[in-house]
Amino acid sequence: MNDTAPLLRIEGLTKSYPGVVANADVGFSVRPGRIHALLGENGAGKSTLVKMIYGLVRPDSGAMHMNGAPYAPASPNAARAAGVAMVFQHFSLFDALDVAENIALGMENPPPRRALAARIRTVSHEYGLPLDPTRQVGELSAGERQRIEILRCLLQNPGLLIMDEPTSVLTPQEVTILFRTLRQLAAEGTAILYISHKLEEIRALCDGATILRLGRVVANCDPREKSARDLAELMVGQTLQSPSRAARPTGKVALSVRGLSLAAPHTFGTALKRITFDLKAGEVLGIGGVAGNGQDELLAALSGEALAPAASIMLNGAPVGHLGPNARRALGLLAAPEDRLGHAAAPDMSLTENAMLTGAGRMGLSHKGFLDWPKARNFADAIIAAFDVRTPGPISTARSLSGGNLQKFVIGREILQDPTVFVVNQPTWGVDASAAAAIRQALLDLAAKGAAVIAISQDLDELMEISDRFCAVNEGRLSAVRPAHGLSVDDIGLMLGGAHDMEMRHETA
Amino acid sequence: MNLGAIDPVLLIASLMVAATPIILAALGELVVEKSGVLNLGVEGMMITGAICGFAVAVETGSPVLGFVLAAMGGAALALIFALLTQYLLSNQVATGLALTLFGLGISAMIGQAYRGVKPPATAKLNLGPLGDIPVLGRMVFSHDWVVYFALVLVAGVWAFLKYTRGGLILRAVGENHDAAHALGYKVVRIRLAAIAFGGACAGMGGAYVSLVRVPQWTDGMTAGAGWIALAIVVFASWRAGRVLLGAYLFGGISVLQLNLQAAGVPVPVEILSMSPFVVTIIVLVFISARQKGAAVAPAALGRIFHASS
Repeated sequence: MNDTAPLLRIEGLTKSYPGVVANADVGFSVRPGRIHALLGENGAGKSTLVKMIYGLVRPDSGAMHMNGAPYAPASPNAARAAGVAMVFQHFSLFDALDVAENIALGMENPPPRRALAARIRTVSHEYGLPLDPTRQVGELSAGERQRIEILRCLLQNPGLLIMDEPTSVLTPQEVTILFRTLRQLAAEGTAILYISHKLEEIRALCDGATILRLGRVVANCDPREKSARDLAELMVGQTLQSPSRAARPTGKVALSVRGLSLAAPHTFGTALKRITFDLKAGEVLGIGGVAGNGQDELLAALSGEALAPAASIMLNGAPVGHLGPNARRALGLLAAPEDRLGHAAAPDMSLTENAMLTGAGRMGLSHKGFLDWPKARNFADAIIAAFDVRTPGPISTARSLSGGNLQKFVIGREILQDPTVFVVNQPTWGVDASAAAAIRQALLDLAAKGAAVIAISQDLDELMEISDRFCAVNEGRLSAVRPAHGLSVDDIGLMLGGAHDMEMRHETA
Repeated sequence: MNLGAIDPVLLIASLMVAATPIILAALGELVVEKSGVLNLGVEGMMITGAICGFAVAVETGSPVLGFVLAAMGGAALALIFALLTQYLLSNQVATGLALTLFGLGISAMIGQAYRGVKPPATAKLNLGPLGDIPVLGRMVFSHDWVVYFALVLVAGVWAFLKYTRGGLILRAVGENHDAAHALGYKVVRIRLAAIAFGGACAGMGGAYVSLVRVPQWTDGMTAGAGWIALAIVVFASWRAGRVLLGAYLFGGISVLQLNLQAAGVPVPVEILSMSPFVVTIIVLVFISARQKGAAVAPAALGRIFHASS
């Protein structure tokens, strides 16, 4: 196992920011041809660590060695020159430019455009990631966009490839193809540093793992020899509570959507096509799908941000499709959109003000156009207490909260308004494991009290955990709704619409 | 009313002169906005360039030196904007507006000594046989060097943005500064260079007003040309070729309405005076409306960049 010398060796790396130690005395090594996992919760210091390896951040102390020689990149250019390439979690792509231009921007000395386009075609087929160099990036799916990032790296023949949470936007089939590509690369001798908090993936793919918690290395292990639960507990540092759910009877239909079709709201949006489903009181309907297949548009149509024909959405038997968000709120249809900062909450307003923004009507926080601030403050306090939101108090701005705490606040704010139907998009995206567990439990509790819940998410494990029934959106269409219990990964993959054009080559290869 | 007195050859010749300051200023702003920065101080940089160029040309007797110093003056003012917005992260809209007010004020102060002075004339370029072509020679080939410089600059900016790596990086920075930073490009430095270029162009445009178009100095003499340049950039959908089109349209109607005024057309002078602004904007709005205007704006336009590391 340890016969080859490490490609990258890190010792005692420390980086602190005012008030936080992002990395303290971190050390590990990666060998050529190995896939090494870097595992940890949000805020554990994974991003800072890879930014140091990629030359975006300078460490305060500690040393890195590449092939035995000291390695201290001053900039990403220096890191690239040393053979380090990185695929970013939030894609570092330029929507208005085409594929070839995007790839050229990530290279030190790009060849002329025509030669580059030819190379993109060859290399992309070699690794089963077909790409058209002339397409504009803004029109591509998340999976295709990731291929650009990977290709950008591959064209430089990197010795070390860093992948930051690469699978969060992919379908199961696309994940399979990505893994095949990564194994192929490893077999060719490339070292891969794979960052994720998805444990099953790491157990399936990686042959070494470094687990970070609060900026420190808590374990170096072989993930194939550990159970996912062991890894999770190392990561979180405590025993995890799985959400508990009681079998419960469902009531009568609370929300009925019939033939809901809406045009795409903007150039890069998705049109909704004949969406039809029923939702009963007391049940959780999970809606899966790859990002950009109509989730945002569906949420907007249900919340009232986008208006629809009156009869296409019926709430407790009454048509509400033509009503705006406030009118629907008054009738008990509440929603929490995906984007916490800017959509679900106003970033620079205090928690009290944010509580006022959606709670004014249902909580009676305003009278004849005047706002009752003491009452709003009590409401914000109630949310903070009931959902364990860690914050100095309701005067804090929404922006100052961590992702998990703000998400607990946003969801708690709607749940405390006692919805009959609650629609939530990406309830635990970018939220640490313990906050995610609390949010899922809150959704289950809400359903147990008799509310109908729609959870739109890209995290299939989450949907399987909380939903009674499951369906998927694909290009604005909703699949048939099926009971969640007993669905296999393959079933779900098919419902999500497959991996488009990627898998064919591999099936035959 | 005597419409026969309007000579179409002369009209087009003076249109090219009238459009030149706007072409220069708008091209500069185009590059600035392509890098993701919104500098509303074009008017201020133009008027500063106008007085710098005027003063230097009068003192040295060399209009060329005047243009060079006008470019430097405009760039210097732009660098104040750059310092405030790129390093001190001030709001670009407010800072740009302040820059315009500052430029108007400082130019009036410098200009006090130059009222009623006549600047040295900028010579017409002798293009040899081209100038002797009938009609066309007088229309297109009998101008001073700045007119042709502006046209070359249009082609240069277009080619730079479309075909060079530098242009690609500039567009990338304006499209997504976080991604450009993550790839290792120096966002702030690139924007600094773009802002300085924009200031230099605006300064030259201003100097063209004070040295050639009007040839004299009066306070606030750019009279909204900077604002129309800003509008042209937006409605030209950030394309160099359309900037030329918009500027010629504006210049053409400016000249035409002056001729109409002189010919005594029975339309109120106020309406004729505002017609260049109104017609240019309406035409460009129609052009840009056909292709969903918002999608073509540089995505990072006006957003503050702060490297998180």
